[in-house]
Amino acid sequence: MADPILKVEDLMKSFGGVVATDQFFFDIQQGEFHAIIGPNGAGKTTLVAQISGMLKPDSGRILFDGQDITGLSAAERSHLGLARSFQITSVFRHFSARQNVALSIQARQGHSFRFWKPAARDSSLTEPAMKILSDLGLANRANVLADNLSHGEKRQLEIAMALATDPKLLLLDEPTAGMGAEDSARIREFLGGLKGKYSMLLIEHDMDTVFSLADRVTVLVYGRGIATGTPEEVRGNAEVRAAYLGEDDAAHA
Amino acid sequence: MELTRLKGWLLAIGFVVLVAVPPAVTAMDETFYITLISRIMIFAIAALSLDLILGFGGMISFGHAAYLGLGSYAVGILAFHEITNGWLQLFVAIGGSAVVALIIGAICLRTSGIYFIMITLAMTQLLFFIGISLETYGGDDGLPTDRSEFAAFIDLGNEWILFYLILGFLVLCMYISWRLINSRFGMVIRGCHENEARMQAIGFPTYRYKLLAFVISGSMCGIAGFLLANLTEFVTPEFMHWFRSGEIMIMVLVGGMGTLFGPVVGAFAFLMFEEIISGFTENWPVIFGPLLVLLVLFAKQGVWGLLPKSKAGDG
Repeated sequence: MADPILKVEDLMKSFGGVVATDQFFFDIQQGEFHAIIGPNGAGKTTLVAQISGMLKPDSGRILFDGQDITGLSAAERSHLGLARSFQITSVFRHFSARQNVALSIQARQGHSFRFWKPAARDSSLTEPAMKILSDLGLANRANVLADNLSHGEKRQLEIAMALATDPKLLLLDEPTAGMGAEDSARIREFLGGLKGKYSMLLIEHDMDTVFSLADRVTVLVYGRGIATGTPEEVRGNAEVRAAYLGEDDAAHA
Repeated sequence: MELTRLKGWLLAIGFVVLVAVPPAVTAMDETFYITLISRIMIFAIAALSLDLILGFGGMISFGHAAYLGLGSYAVGILAFHEITNGWLQLFVAIGGSAVVALIIGAICLRTSGIYFIMITLAMTQLLFFIGISLETYGGDDGLPTDRSEFAAFIDLGNEWILFYLILGFLVLCMYISWRLINSRFGMVIRGCHENEARMQAIGFPTYRYKLLAFVISGSMCGIAGFLLANLTEFVTPEFMHWFRSGEIMIMVLVGGMGTLFGPVVGAFAFLMFEEIISGFTENWPVIFGPLLVLLVLFAKQGVWGLLPKSKAGDG
């Protein structure tokens, strides 16, 4: 059997006395759509930061496509094919939508110690950038400054920038954060279209998105994975109900 | 970053005016202005170089005068040892500034925010005191120096030729900066300014790009130092004083941070203002200070930033 695309072994991270990640194990198989859910303060963001290389774990190992990446920088992980989007919209506000995506494409085309040719007129950057924007339905917004895009469009651009690095694994940190129902549905549909093409790790609050898309769900509570399984298994897990879905729901079920 | 037509025209007109300065002021018998404008153009190069890292890279270097000093000492010290070849002096000015910028940058770029500012300031003060302690080269009295010698047809003893040489360097530095900012490298630097974490997430090892930008900026300011020593025929640790670093930063603020050519305008505005107002009162900073505050409050992108922008929002 092929190596899992991502394998996390015994990850530990604490801040002072607070244990944010506690003996966490999990894996994502090739092509799998895996979701992590958990109440506020469960350590989801800390976990994303460690997987993407922004934060160093205290102990434990992270393997990407069979390779130990625990000691690698965020940039090095990106080059191996691990892309992330941010929970708090993190686009380049003073660049146009196209420039935002082009910058991601530039990153994957080797070093950028190129000092003379204007990047804005480099078709090896602009053409693939336009293609990705078109796929997301943002083609007509390509020349708009990211700052002037709507919230929903910014969230889409956020994903477009991650896709443009040509990843093997997409790490999506609450892609529907702050979105209205209509925009959320659109993102859900878009993510559904990506399913199977990329291995994906989705961190999400929105249960509709998680349960309609994920192959497997891991539930994180106080930094620990308390359950992993198909959406149905997780939904039926008593411990999960108690910890996360709420006693009320359990009582009604 | 695209230039609007208006800005393109203003730059062209500015260039023509500068070309006309030596004959015009000579005809008016006010040759003092050749020296003044030469000095302004030198500081325009310094301000331009600072804006590359300050305005575009978000690196607040409060020690840019270091490279002004290094560039000028390259001329002074070599001339002291009777090495007057201009090309060699220029090479040492650029190379020396690059090496020092590499060392200072390698340390400073491990920090950010106020620490970055303080360390760049401290490093430059260190160089200032080294300059003072160099008794052989005049210590704090400074060191008179001869002008660089190029091939016979570039005789820097001639104020006109020196003026046009400085103008040539200014245009060259502006053109290089323009190419740089719009290149892939420039996009990386600007991206780091906006959101460094995101740059790392999409795969850029940002440290090395920022360090190179720091070195390029220092080297360009080294050219300004080389020219300054030639203009004043004198080098002194005063060129590296933190006060000088502050003045260069003010020129960038006046002209407009991150506007590329704004700082050139800022150098003209600041030094002309100083020249004119100091004729009336020696307490001219009392007038300049409030004006600067108003400018920063109401025109964050300086005087150049007050002009209309191109459609993509930059330029």
